[in-house]
Amino acid sequence: MSTLPYKHYQHAHCESGVTANLLRHAGINISEPMAFGIGAGLFFAHLPFVKVSGTPGTTFRTWPGAIFKRTTQRLGVDMHTQRFRTPERANQALDEVLASGKPAGMLSSVYYLPYLPEAFRFHFNAHNLVVYGKENNQYLVSDPILEDVTTILPEDLAKARFAKGTPEPKGFMYYVKNVPQQVDFTKAIQAGIKQTCFFMLSPPLPWFGNKAIFLLAKQIKKYPQKLTPRKASLYLGNVIRMQEEIGTGGAGFRFLYAAFLQEAGAMLRRDDLQSFSAELTKIGDDWRNFAYHAARLMKDRKSDLVSYDELSDLLRVCGEKERDLFGRMQKIKW
Amino acid sequence: MKANEVPQDKRDFKEGDKIHKLMYAVDNDGKYTGITSAGWEAENIATKQAWDAVDEELAETEEKVKRGELSPIAYYMQKNLMEVSLLAKYVGKWQWQVKRHFKPSVFSNLSPAMLAKYAAVFNISVDELKNFGK
Repeated sequence: MSTLPYKHYQHAHCESGVTANLLRHAGINISEPMAFGIGAGLFFAHLPFVKVSGTPGTTFRTWPGAIFKRTTQRLGVDMHTQRFRTPERANQALDEVLASGKPAGMLSSVYYLPYLPEAFRFHFNAHNLVVYGKENNQYLVSDPILEDVTTILPEDLAKARFAKGTPEPKGFMYYVKNVPQQVDFTKAIQAGIKQTCFFMLSPPLPWFGNKAIFLLAKQIKKYPQKLTPRKASLYLGNVIRMQEEIGTGGAGFRFLYAAFLQEAGAMLRRDDLQSFSAELTKIGDDWRNFAYHAARLMKDRKSDLVSYDELSDLLRVCGEKERDLFGRMQKIKW
Repeated sequence: MKANEVPQDKRDFKEGDKIHKLMYAVDNDGKYTGITSAGWEAENIATKQAWDAVDEELAETEEKVKRGELSPIAYYMQKNLMEVSLLAKYVGKWQWQVKRHFKPSVFSNLSPAMLAKYAAVFNISVDELKNFGK
C-alpha cells in the first residue's frame, strides 16, 4: 500500500469517481469510465408510481452502492466497509483511518454539504466523497464532481453522514484494505458488460431496463391529456435533470459508458467494442436531442399534442437503438 | 458529442455558476476525453424551473402563515426542501403529529423542548421559529 500524498481527480459521477480515486491511490491504474463499466453502472428505470418530490422517479444508472461494490469485487480488491450508530463513533473511526495514512470514502447527503452551491443542494442521501486528511480541525475533502479539493467542518460532515430519509447513510464509510499483486481487467470487463446487457434486456417488468424507455415514451405521449401544463412541464423537467444534471457525464451516462467501451476495446484489442462505443456515442447524441426538445417544450409551456407526440417518438428511437445495440453486445464471443 | 460542441451555458442562479462539471466527449480522432462544462441550456431550464416551483410554493405557504392558516413549521419545512415524511424522521414524530403541528392553534401550545427540536432541524433559533410571519 502506498503512502503517497492523495491526488484528486475530477470525475463526472460521484460513485465511479470515488471508486477510481480510491483505487488509484492504492496503486491500481483505473479511469472513471473503467470503474463505471466494470461496475455495470448503466441502467434505465422509470417508476410512474414512485413520486420523488411530486414527480415520477426516473433513473439512468444502477442503484447506489452497486458500482463501487461490483468494481472492487471484480478486481479482487479487499475493502473495509462500516456503518455507525453515532456521529461521534463515525468521526473517531474516520480519524483512525486517516491516522493510518489512508483516504476514506463515505456516503453523504448533498443537502448538508456547505461547499456545494445552493442550486445543487437537495435531500439526496447517496452522494459519495473522499476524506483524505485533517488539518486545523477541518476535514480535507476530495469530492469527485469538483474541480479541486475542499474542506468541511467535522460537525457539518457528521450532519451529512447521518442525514435521515431514504436511504439513510448511517455514516457509511469504506477504504481499501488490500490490493492484489496482479489485477485481471479482462475478466472484470467481461463480467461488467455481460451484467449491463442482462440488466438492460432481461427484466420482465415494464419499469426496469430497456423496456422502461418505451414505458416513459408512452407516458409522455399522454402528458397533455392527463396533466396540467405546469405538471407536464415539471415531469419533463425531472427527466432532463436526471439525464443531464451534474453526475452523468452527459446523455444519462451514455457517453461515460461509451468511453468505457472504447477504453476496454483498446485494452483487450477488440474492434467490436470500439464500434459499439461509436454507436453508443451516436445514441447519446439522440438522448441529448431529446432533452433539447423537451426543454424547449417546457419553456413554451404549450401543451399542443403534436410536440409531445414528437418527443415520445424521439425517445422511442433511443430505446429501439439501445435494444438493438445491447442485443448484439450480449452475443459477443469472448 | 464532439469535444468542441460541449456546451458552456452559464447556470446563473443560486450560485450554480460556481461548479464546472466534467463531461465526456470525443475529439477529432473519435477518442474520448473529459471536458469541463459550465452547464447546458436544456439542463439549466429544467433545474431553474424546479427551483422556481419550490420558490412559488414557498411564497404561497408564507402567505398562509401570515394569514394564520398554517404554522411556521410548514413554512420552514418547505424552505428546507423537506416533505412531511422526512421532517417526521428528523424530529422523531409520526407524520400525523407533524401535520397537526401545522395548525397554528396546536403550534402555539407546543412545548419548549419540541420547539427547540424543530428549530435545530431547521438550523434557526426558537425565536425565529416562533415569531415567523408576525
